[in-house]
Amino acid sequence: MRDRTHVLRRAFPVTVPVLAGYIFLGIAYGIAMRARGFGIAWSYTISSLVYAGSLQFAMIEPLRLAFAPVTFAFLCLLIQARHLFYGLTMLEPYSRTVRAKPYLIFSLTDETYSIVCQGAPADLSPESWYLAVSALDQTYWVLGTVLGALLGSMIPMDLLQGIDFSMTALFLVIVTEQTMDALEAWREGKESLTDALFAPVLGGTATLLSLLFFGKDSFLLVSMAAMLLGFAVKYRAEQGRKQA
Amino acid sequence: MMTWQMILYIVIAVVVTLLVRALPFLIFRNGQAPAFVLWTGKRLPAAAMAMLVVYCLKDLSFSAGAEWIPTLAACALTVILHVSFRKMVISICGGTALYMILLHVL
Repeated sequence: MRDRTHVLRRAFPVTVPVLAGYIFLGIAYGIAMRARGFGIAWSYTISSLVYAGSLQFAMIEPLRLAFAPVTFAFLCLLIQARHLFYGLTMLEPYSRTVRAKPYLIFSLTDETYSIVCQGAPADLSPESWYLAVSALDQTYWVLGTVLGALLGSMIPMDLLQGIDFSMTALFLVIVTEQTMDALEAWREGKESLTDALFAPVLGGTATLLSLLFFGKDSFLLVSMAAMLLGFAVKYRAEQGRKQA
Repeated sequence: MMTWQMILYIVIAVVVTLLVRALPFLIFRNGQAPAFVLWTGKRLPAAAMAMLVVYCLKDLSFSAGAEWIPTLAACALTVILHVSFRKMVISICGGTALYMILLHVL
């Protein structure tokens, strides 16, 4: 038990940006659901079981429109497809987890991935670290939802407006951190400059170009395909270099 | 919609989300995957984070200054703070605070 508290205490500071974003967006979600006639039972159930911010917001309207399950399933797939990538990174780390594995996979959101993809601190059991981060993040999300559903317009959302930028900032900080690491590796002669900057540049340009050419609805799928292609080309080139 | 139809929608959302999140683990059991998959998985975080930044900014509109100035200024400050101090808390708090202030002021 003391171990668990210790891990939670270590994980908490790391998840604070997610706390700010999830509580705020969770409240906004609870309020939005309430405004459309869905009370706390609905929003709580959805936040606990679906646990996917962008999909939950996107499914508020369809829940009130005509019943079209197949179209809806495709909408879900389109919005959620990016999560396919996260499992690829966590294959090895999560393969070494036992009891928590199903929950870790279930709760692998964008924000949780951004933290767990950096690995676990060396002095802690990786499984308990990943579990602490994942469970804290979902707690924030569900807590926000409940607050929004219960208190609704009593919450001064105007004052909190913009606090969800903390999640954009979180992603941006991690890109910056990884880029700085890569540049250090290059300066120390461990990696070439192209190797060091390949992944962030590929991810950024592929997504930006896809957004410009394909629009908001389907750009992520195109971008993911482009990124996989980019990685495949790079991998072949590296293998070729090794053999030569 | 009827209540059972709404419940079915929730079930669909749960199943699709779970399926997408679990698929890599179902295909490559016990973390045993081809070298290319593992190689890509290791390089994905940097690419995925860049993707998520663009994803977060996808609704940015350039029609009025009040729409894009807070976002881009806050992004710039976040990066500058991080390059200077390399402390996550400072960079994220600084960027978010600037964003919230600009949102109220502009």
